[in-house]
Order: sequence, then structure tokens, then C-alpha cells
Amino acid sequence: MQVPILKQGTYLIAVVQPDLSDRDLVDLRDALVERVGRHRSTGVIIDVTALDVMDSFASLTLSNLASMIRLRGARTVIVGIQPEIAFTMARLGLTLKGVTTALDLEEGLAYLGQSDPRSS
Amino acid sequence: MTTETNKLQPRKGSGAPSGESLRELVAHLRQNRTQLRDEWAKRITASKLMTEMTAAEIAAEATSVYDNYIEALESGTLEALEAYARSLSERIIPRGVETHEVVGIVLLLRDVLARSLINSDHGSFDRLNAILDAYEPAANRIVITVAVGFVQERERTIREQQDAIRELSTPVLQVRDRLLILPIIGVMDPQRARQLTEQLLRGIRANRAKVVVIDLTGVAAMDSNVANHLVLTVEASRLLGAKVIVTGLSPEIAQTLVNIGVDLTKMTTVGDLQGGIEEAERELGYKVVPSDDVVAAT
Repeated sequence: MQVPILKQGTYLIAVVQPDLSDRDLVDLRDALVERVGRHRSTGVIIDVTALDVMDSFASLTLSNLASMIRLRGARTVIVGIQPEIAFTMARLGLTLKGVTTALDLEEGLAYLGQSDPRSS
Repeated sequence: MTTETNKLQPRKGSGAPSGESLRELVAHLRQNRTQLRDEWAKRITASKLMTEMTAAEIAAEATSVYDNYIEALESGTLEALEAYARSLSERIIPRGVETHEVVGIVLLLRDVLARSLINSDHGSFDRLNAILDAYEPAANRIVITVAVGFVQERERTIREQQDAIRELSTPVLQVRDRLLILPIIGVMDPQRARQLTEQLLRGIRANRAKVVVIDLTGVAAMDSNVANHLVLTVEASRLLGAKVIVTGLSPEIAQTLVNIGVDLTKMTTVGDLQGGIEEAERELGYKVVPSDDVVAAT
């Protein structure tokens, strides 16, 4: 199942679905890295609110994704990590080093320099 | 179990018809109500039970307990007595009455009544035996009912207090928009650390916090488990998009943490709570200036 990628102004927003396979995640990574260049985006937001598990592969892929996006000249924010998942991740040492995280989509947009999501 | 304790049944195999014995028993206790009640109250005072209560209070409670007791014997049901035992417990638990005192006074009443039954004239020993056969199991069940009622009420009170303490022990306070403070006072044990994490992460979400100051000024000691838990909490908070500033680490805790080798490089620490709040305000873009300066500037 493909993860939909929305274009909002100069940002790309990907909303991850609950049942996300490793394959989907890799596809998402490839698609985002490609489309950042195509749309000349300055920021990428990945919303993982619906995700109820975050394993080592997922967090490594997200980390790599953030690094790749940076090399392509944009910033990445991961938003919507649930409190329980956050603590489990911390315990497993999956701390998404070097990746910016924010509470939710609104916060992510605010971080990327757009405090009002309506203006686009 | 409940049906068993809710019905008073005389022991099987008693010589005389038990209904008659019970009626005679109740009549006897009704007749000598004042005398037996006073005797009982006297025994309570003499045994140094219920010392938290005044003589007048004991007399008043003794009257209601006595009446409820006879009613329970007569009707054979314990519902009314159970309700009374609960309300009595509610009243006397805050006064510091102990379990042994409550059980003690009900046992005293049982003994006073038994003694009076034995001493009064029933014609023959068989008659007395029949009456005691009816009395004893009923009286014992009453004692159990009152004692269980009291203990249950006390456990309920304790549970409520524990919940209250648990709630109070880790307050998450919002001091500015998007800035939370967690003052921690007392001993940090693993259970409390877990609770702290839970409340903090929930608080970050609920208040949409960006910066959290955890103040450990009031914490005297910390072991490696709790310290590691704290580091994990800081990491988890970051994943929720909040920065954590830890303040007020005592010299002892600082030494312990370094000696046991907890990795603290990921934690932002500031000397005291004031410094922590100032740092948090800088982080959030607040600038606090004395009002004189504002007036002067405009």
C-alpha cells in the first residue's frame, strides 16, 4: 500500500498508515527523496500519528530519509509520535538522532517556518 | 459467601425449636437493655478501648450498636447491621480507631450478653443450652460482619489516600504557554519514576509543551535505575518535540551519576530552577524585563 504524499506550498507531507510494511517505508523514502527535487520543496513532514509500532528498521529508515532529504536541500520533521511509543523507542535506543521531531502536524509546519497552516 | 453471612442460622441439631429460643433470647435482651448496655459501656472504658472517643460518644454509639445487634439477632438478616457498621466505620476511622478496638468492643458485647444469658434463670440447663445454641453462631456472625465492614472501610480509605498521594507526588505544572515545570520532591523510586514519565509525556501532549523543566532540588538521592529512566524520559520527550531541562541536581546526585557512568550528555542541565526557567524562556523567545525598563523604553 502506497503512502500518499501531499504537496502543501513548498512542503511535502506524508501521512503514514497504521499497517505499514518495510517495503512501503522504503518506497516512501524513495518517493520523497525524488519528489523533493521535482517540486523544489524546502521541507518534508512525515506524520506517524497512526503508527502503533516503531521498530529499529522503521526508525533507521526515517533517520536515513532525513539525512537524504538534507542532502537534497530540504529539512525533515517527524511528527505525531505517541507518548508510549516514544518511551519504548527511547528504551530501545531508537532515538532518531539528528532528526527533528514535533508534537503534531501543526507543530511541524510551525517548525518549518509556517506558523499558520492556512496560508500557502 | 454473601448469602451465608447474610442469613443467621442457628446451629443444626439444637434440642429445642430454634425460633422459640431466639424469641426468648431477644425478649431477654430487650428487657435488660439499659442495664446490659451500661454494663457494656463500662467494660469498654475499663478495657481502655475507644480512648479516642468521649464517654458520651461511647454511650451514644453503644446504644445504636446494641439496638442494631438485637435487631440483627431477631430478624436474622445482617443488611441493616452491615450498613450501620459501614457508617460507624466512616465516622470513627478518621478519629484513629484501630481494628482491634472495634473487634474488641463487639466481642465485649457478645461476652456481656452471653454472661447475662447464663446468669438469668431459664428453668433448666437444656433450655439454656438451646438458647446458647441459637445465640452463639448468630453472635459470631455479627462480630465477623462488623469486623469485615470496618476493615473494608479502612482499606477503601487507604486506597483513596494512596491514589491522592500518587496524583500529588508528580504534579505537572504549566507556568507559561508551552512551558511545563515538574518539581520533584522526596525519594525517587522506580515506580515513581515510571509515573513521572507517564505524566510528563501525557502533559507534553495535553499542554502542547515545547520546553519542560524538571527540578530535582528536592531529591536527595538517585540510583542508576532511576537515573537511566530519567535519561530515557528526556529522549522520549524529544521525540514528542519537547526539550527537557534538568535543574537542581545536588552535589551528591551529580557525583553518583558520574560515578555510575550514566550517559548525561543528552541532557541539558542548569544549576537551579531559576536558571532553568530563564533558559526555557530564552528557548521559547520570551524576554522578561522589569516594568520600569518597559516604561523607560516606550
